[in-house]
Amino acid sequence: MPKALIELNHINKSFAGVHALKDVSLRIEYGEVHCLAGENGCGKSTLIKVMSGVHAPDHGEIRIDGQLRSGLNPIEAINSGIQVIYQDFSIFPNLTVAENIALNGELAARKKWINWSKMRQTAKQALDKVGVDLDLNAKVEHLSVADKQLIAISRALMHEAKLIVMDEPTTALTQKEVRALFRVIEGLKRDGISILFVSHKLEEVFELSERITIMRNGKNVISERADQLNREKLVYYMTGRQIDESYYEIGKQSGTPLLRTDNLSLKGCFEHISLSIHPGEIVGLTGLLGSGRTELAEALFGLTPATSGEIFRDGEPVSIRSVQDAETHGIAYVPEDRLTEGLFLEQSIERNMVVSVIDEQKDKWGMIDRRKVKSAVRSWIQKLGIAAHSPLAPVKTLSGGNQQRVVLARWLAASPKVLILNGPSVGVDIGSKEDIHQVIRELAGQGLGVLMISDDLPELRQSCNRVLVMKRGRIIGEAEGKSFTQEVWSELHDARDDDAGPVERRGNTA
Amino acid sequence: MTNQAAKRTGPDASYDDPSFSLKRWLSSDGNLTRLFVIMVVVFVTMTVLSPRTFLTLDSFSSMAFQFPVLGILSLAMMLTMVSGGIDLSIVGIANLTSILAAMVMVRLVPEGASAGTSFMYMLLGIVCAIIAGVLCGLLNGFAVAKIGIPPILVTLGSMQLFMGLAIVITKGQAIVGLPEQFSSIGNGSHIGIPVPLIIFALCVAAVYVLLNRRPYGMKLQLLGSNPTASRYGGINNTVVLLKTYALSGLLASIAGLVMIALTNSAKADYGTSYILQAILVVVLGGVNPNGGFGKIAGVVMAVLTLQFLSSGLNALHVGNFFKDFIWGIVLILVMVINAVSPRLKWKRRAAGSSKTSS
Repeated sequence: MPKALIELNHINKSFAGVHALKDVSLRIEYGEVHCLAGENGCGKSTLIKVMSGVHAPDHGEIRIDGQLRSGLNPIEAINSGIQVIYQDFSIFPNLTVAENIALNGELAARKKWINWSKMRQTAKQALDKVGVDLDLNAKVEHLSVADKQLIAISRALMHEAKLIVMDEPTTALTQKEVRALFRVIEGLKRDGISILFVSHKLEEVFELSERITIMRNGKNVISERADQLNREKLVYYMTGRQIDESYYEIGKQSGTPLLRTDNLSLKGCFEHISLSIHPGEIVGLTGLLGSGRTELAEALFGLTPATSGEIFRDGEPVSIRSVQDAETHGIAYVPEDRLTEGLFLEQSIERNMVVSVIDEQKDKWGMIDRRKVKSAVRSWIQKLGIAAHSPLAPVKTLSGGNQQRVVLARWLAASPKVLILNGPSVGVDIGSKEDIHQVIRELAGQGLGVLMISDDLPELRQSCNRVLVMKRGRIIGEAEGKSFTQEVWSELHDARDDDAGPVERRGNTA
Repeated sequence: MTNQAAKRTGPDASYDDPSFSLKRWLSSDGNLTRLFVIMVVVFVTMTVLSPRTFLTLDSFSSMAFQFPVLGILSLAMMLTMVSGGIDLSIVGIANLTSILAAMVMVRLVPEGASAGTSFMYMLLGIVCAIIAGVLCGLLNGFAVAKIGIPPILVTLGSMQLFMGLAIVITKGQAIVGLPEQFSSIGNGSHIGIPVPLIIFALCVAAVYVLLNRRPYGMKLQLLGSNPTASRYGGINNTVVLLKTYALSGLLASIAGLVMIALTNSAKADYGTSYILQAILVVVLGGVNPNGGFGKIAGVVMAVLTLQFLSSGLNALHVGNFFKDFIWGIVLILVMVINAVSPRLKWKRRAAGSSKTSS
């Protein structure tokens, strides 16, 4: 067998008794785009850390360029051309673009004085390699997620990278940005750089990669050329179970809508939003980041009340000026950013679940009724199939999918009439995603109205009976759920492109 | 769902067990265990070093009069710290409100009033002080919750404000000659228990119930660990913060009343060192300075530990200079242990679970 860029053979790794990697092998050829797929917690991240020298394997060998490397450490890995771009990009928000790209090199060279003009020059070169144009003096914290990612890639290229590992690079990107990233990746491939792309988004996996390695429960299940696999097989290998793809359909809705808005506007965020949600409907809402979709959801939930227009619940005009108002009117909201907006990470699963209904858990003395709380928590854990060791364990010990179920349980406990979900499956593995969708469908079947905000087209197609598209603060179109494909989306979205194209990234050198 | 997953979804056994066990309670929180050990070690050390002065009824009775003021102030500090803030103005509130009380009791009372009348004025003074304490706290709470100024800045400012106001009112002089009935609160005993200790115990019980049994307490802890999530979770952050700072002011005014009853006079700059000591007690007691977590038992044990240390050192005739030095050492030591031990515990637990699972 000819030598590969990197070969991991029979890697085993345990953390204090947890067997994270069991006899895993991975081989990446020169100039190959390789995808590592698997559900959350299957050991993908651990494998990357073994490859980049962060964790030493308990057993097994690592070969780079055919050479056996024992005791690989992070610096050696970087010197061998292995660069990892983690989910948080490890960049400094308070520094400028140029500093972020070039500073590491300057520091590594142990320079005593900083040569600013040279630093800008190197930064410029690195950005040119990737083919992007960013203002070198812009503070990174003001840039979009996509731009931050490009900076991380540029920085990786500074070190003569031969392999760039990208850990879930598309989670926070819009469709358009994903396209741009894919073009960058193709460019890198042409330059002979190998890419290891870690993802659980099936569309991307197929579109991008030449070979796919699938992991499950710390073992690699299969490593195969991408054209030998299809979606069903991939899902089966990842989850170990067959998942059928069906659509959510309900008949034409008449009668009083659960929730209706009339010309709802919030200055600078969205305007003239008129929509209605009937009992049993799952209405999708999509649009790029910054299209006003999150702001609309937060206005309906009273976090940032709308400035004009009206909201009707069951036909009655209501005023929603605070979260408490929204709760009173039976509106619940599962926020976009689970980690900062949704969860109290250090607090127990139990507390995270009852937060929205604490006041209903009182006994006649006004004290919290522990028995009531416990039985509620137990029943939700069971209903949503949350895999938790103990309800008293901190919620941060759960996987993404289980955390999302906790947030969902919290709001379902408040027995809402309208449920707004913002990105319900972001960072959630396929199995949990299906479970969450199933729960939502069941609830809708019982007469709940759901507004589901998502970027994930297959998710919208399968779960929603209709989908609304937002652009620059307005609803610009509507489509039937099951026919909401990539083409429909692009058509709707680009149809009204009359004024000045979509907002381009800021910070371009003028 | 597979069999294994189903097994994992079942809550663990202790979650279902309604009975209380001291062992489980102590071991549920490593910090409490450590604090308990430290308290016992300090106690035993002091007993061994000076058995004839430390381990006496006299010394205990004097301790019981000394620590309640700091204890009550620590409770106030604890509440604000659990909310993710801090209240530096507690001593300012204590002095200002107790001066108000003293003025009502001393200056408003008509010349030659009967015992009954002067008792009514005493009650009036106490009520005034407590109302003023709540108002001071609400002022802090308003600035923190409504205007959104960081608590450390708000209370630093209001600390100066309250103290300055107290100085202006009294012209820097002490108010003396409190009614005897009132001083007996500070120096008397009820069925053999010093009154300040009884007041402290009542405060502890009240704060315990608020923090652990009332929805307010759970909201406070959740708010403290992530204010954004608590807003998204339907908690009215403004109300919770207002209540917290008002409670802090209330407790501070109670501490102030106990303080003037003990010294039989009120002055604008009494007990300024209590601010830092209260922070020390609270942090020592395992309250997370970033908010969200705090156990009342920890704070009680911490204040007792410091009192044992302080009385023990006095019994050893170690000067006050040394006292601060040793308190500092204890605080830093405990924080180091707290920072290091979770990692050890994690390792131990992981090792344990691997044994049971295989």
